[in-house]
Amino acid sequence: MILIICMTFAIFGVILGFSAIYFRVEGDPIVDKIEAILPQTQCGQCSFPGCRPYAEAIAAGDADINQCPPGGQDGVEALADLLGVEAKPLNAEFGEEKPKSVAVIIEDLCIGCTKCIQACPVDAILGSAKMMHTVIADECTGCELCVDPCPVDCIVMEPIPEDLNNWQWPEPEKKYA
Amino acid sequence: MLKTWRFHGGLHLPAHKHLSAHRPIVNAELPNQLVYPLQQRPGVQLNPTVATGESVLRGQIIADSDHFLATPIHAASSGTVKAIEDRIIPHPSGLSDQCIIIDTDGRDEALASEPIADYRLEPASSLRSKIRQAGIVGLGGAAFPTSIKLNPGPQRHIDTLILNGAECEPYITCDNVLMQAEPDAIVQGALILMHALQVGNGIIAVEDHMTEAFEALSVAIEQTRDLRLTAVKIPALYPTGGEKQLIRVVTGKETPSGGIPADVGVICQNVGTAAAVYNAICRGLPLTERVVTVTGQGVKQQQNMRARIGTPISNLINQCGGYQDSVERLIMGGPMMGFALPEDDIPIVKATNCILAAADSEVAGSKETRPCIRCGDCAKACPVDLLPQQLYWYSRAGNLEKCKEFSLFDCIECGCCEVVCPSQIPLVQYYRSAKSKTIAKAKEAEKAAIAKRRHDFLLERKAREQAERAERSRRKKEALAKLKAAETATEGAE
Amino acid sequence: MKFSTVMSPHLQPVNSVDRVMLQVLLALIPGIAAMTWFFGIGVLINIALAVVVALLAEASILGLRGRPIGSTLKDLSAVVTAVLLSISLPVIAPWWITVVGSLFAIVIAKHLYGGLGYNPFNPAMAGYVLLLVSFPMQMTAWLAPIELGSVALSEIDLLKLIFLEQLPDNVNFDAVTMATPLDSVRTQLGLGRSVPEIKTDSVFGLLAGKGWEWVAGGYLLGGLWLMWRKIIGWQIPVGLLLGLGLFASICYAIDSNQFALPSFHLVAGATMLGAFFIATDPVTAATSVNGRIIYGLLIGSLVYIIRVWGGYPDAMAFAVLLGNLTAPAIDYFTRPRVFGQKA
Repeated sequence: MILIICMTFAIFGVILGFSAIYFRVEGDPIVDKIEAILPQTQCGQCSFPGCRPYAEAIAAGDADINQCPPGGQDGVEALADLLGVEAKPLNAEFGEEKPKSVAVIIEDLCIGCTKCIQACPVDAILGSAKMMHTVIADECTGCELCVDPCPVDCIVMEPIPEDLNNWQWPEPEKKYA
Repeated sequence: MLKTWRFHGGLHLPAHKHLSAHRPIVNAELPNQLVYPLQQRPGVQLNPTVATGESVLRGQIIADSDHFLATPIHAASSGTVKAIEDRIIPHPSGLSDQCIIIDTDGRDEALASEPIADYRLEPASSLRSKIRQAGIVGLGGAAFPTSIKLNPGPQRHIDTLILNGAECEPYITCDNVLMQAEPDAIVQGALILMHALQVGNGIIAVEDHMTEAFEALSVAIEQTRDLRLTAVKIPALYPTGGEKQLIRVVTGKETPSGGIPADVGVICQNVGTAAAVYNAICRGLPLTERVVTVTGQGVKQQQNMRARIGTPISNLINQCGGYQDSVERLIMGGPMMGFALPEDDIPIVKATNCILAAADSEVAGSKETRPCIRCGDCAKACPVDLLPQQLYWYSRAGNLEKCKEFSLFDCIECGCCEVVCPSQIPLVQYYRSAKSKTIAKAKEAEKAAIAKRRHDFLLERKAREQAERAERSRRKKEALAKLKAAETATEGAE
Repeated sequence: MKFSTVMSPHLQPVNSVDRVMLQVLLALIPGIAAMTWFFGIGVLINIALAVVVALLAEASILGLRGRPIGSTLKDLSAVVTAVLLSISLPVIAPWWITVVGSLFAIVIAKHLYGGLGYNPFNPAMAGYVLLLVSFPMQMTAWLAPIELGSVALSEIDLLKLIFLEQLPDNVNFDAVTMATPLDSVRTQLGLGRSVPEIKTDSVFGLLAGKGWEWVAGGYLLGGLWLMWRKIIGWQIPVGLLLGLGLFASICYAIDSNQFALPSFHLVAGATMLGAFFIATDPVTAATSVNGRIIYGLLIGSLVYIIRVWGGYPDAMAFAVLLGNLTAPAIDYFTRPRVFGQKA
């Protein structure tokens, strides 16, 4: 009897072992999947230098899933779903979820120091030394990395207003139905 | 009598058409001000071609764009451009957007018209460009550019033109009265469209209760002695006027999901659009006016009005004797798919077929929503054969993936499911919200992909620059070393 | 002028849950009337008791769950559950049977699963099955139809019997109760008699038992009215009767001594009530058109199988609950083809 049980276990062990070899997935797709959920603002609020490094850290278990304020609670939930773990509230240590914004340079104050250009993670600021700079609003991810380096505080974050292009049909008020 | 087919579901709705169906078309007065929103369709923004203070004539283009889905807007009367500024536009959001405002001068002077003597001698491309320049879009409500529809591409073989006179939404009668008043213009328009498409089969479809319109069209067709064109009566069943539903009823063909009617060899145009095409080609008149049904128990005199596009709704209501005290809601379009407006100082646009001033007794108040009891009435009513109840669960839970799997984007938002729902759940609103969210999510994903590309490129550039810098300093060092070596060599030689 | 902005469709809704439930209640009247005629007012007492208990239970649970009470009670769903349960009970069932059944139906089978619309099992049938397996003695003691009873009980006697479980001094329990036609067929077949012999017993009327067949007729009438009013579709009743009838015909054709006539099975017991009022409960049934036919066929066949080979003389409650289990799977496999999409 004991022999039979041991045999069964042994067979299952062999099957498991073989499937681990046969069904091995090359590369590390989980990092790509995590990165696909992250908003790609490249803001570094999660304490990692960009979205890819954060995704790698999550995959390696070095970072929690609730460190991305731009992704918001929805992002946390999507990550929890993907990784099969419990969702949790956004960690306030890394910042709070804010309305989507773009950086705007107050052009009268700009001295053309190019510091913001060097800070921008997506090359969304145009300009050259001693010349006024400007933000390409469409390319700006709202990461705020350009705000602090500005020596004359001429960059402000402006929330994107609701207009015809981003308007959404509102969700019905959920009653007890 | 041609054979007709049927589609799944649909509803027999109370028609309310008697309010306005048997009244002559009244010409609306020239308003003091005309307002033209510059956003034509989602994402298609026109650029003004006139400046503030400039004077314009009737029929003059005041805005246009290079976007392939754009058509120009024309001033509907002479006057001066007062301003180009934000105004509340006719849109379900109630948001404001850029509009051209024209103060009319009362003289109503027109630009000289350039009719085409014989359209049969013109190639399709020139008819299309004439139709585009006349600013013609689908007048049934969707406002899709007619010239684009007339150009289905060489890979699609078109065999049938259908003119849509099946005004299936309750209350609306503007197409019905137009077919009675101007059957010749519609029939001529149909022949022009058939010529432009090179098709040999034209069908004008009207609902079976439109006896007068059917007679008028039949007489007009007979007079042309053109056997390629027929008028056909189809059963009144909402939403039979929906493009894909109408094609099914008239030809038995099913337009594929995500496809266009041209995929099954059919082009569908509204009867009003055909009349506008006739006016543009044979009379040289751009689209500056249309017939609008002003109706509902909330307005004193219900009637159909020939109104200039850009006329404020308040202006039309005044000419109908004003509101009744019981007026509760102002709807642009019909009661099934139209949207409520926040105020009446909003202009009519090319797509406006109806202004419904509804009394409180005519419209749904705040509904007492109950839980879904899975009765399945919604699925029975759905003209697309969806499972509205499943879509409700998934859209309510925010499960957009599942919504897509259950064909959310095949939903035509006709509202049948919601009207029959005993639990009175705002189903359509759930679907619209889920569609909006899906679209927004796709846009965000696209933006994220661009940001990622730009970021990766930046990293690569920085790495390259660093490598180049390293290379340069290495070379410099080498050169220096060589120089030094040479110097020591010469020193040694000395 | 300013207006409110509400989203389309603006047309008034044509139906409401309250209206549906009310019409179901109205449609039950002929059957209940026939039951009262043949079995006395005990059924009305059961109904009154069950409705009061169900409403109280629903109100307290709604209060506990923080849901609006008044407007929810108005949907009449608790009343429908209570009535369906109470007309399934023996008319002389003691009061606590009715109370326990109603409480279980409303509190456990309905609200613990989330209330109206969320319960996977028909609450009335869940309540019924709980009673049947827990209190088989009380649940099988059916009063004899008035025309057959050896003793006539007055209204006062009935009230005493239900609330105090007391019979008049000179009457014993067996004198007032009688096996139902289904039960009788079952027992007698077990004793080795053939169906034609059994049919000559006094309990049988034209088709399926004196009194009983008229009650079934009452439910059939109400059910047809519901169908005509489009409150229920034809698919489930037709499927159910077809499933049961087909099975019964086949067996009857094989051996008419061992198996009762199909017409007997179609009229006997809870067949009509089940086909038109219980299996058609939309919350717990399949939803697609084809799915509902399959669902009906399945329940009909199960009813026959359990009646003939199972442990209980009637089987509607078990068959419906088993059908409820399969509803999601049936729906999954009977999704209609969307317009313009390939099959």
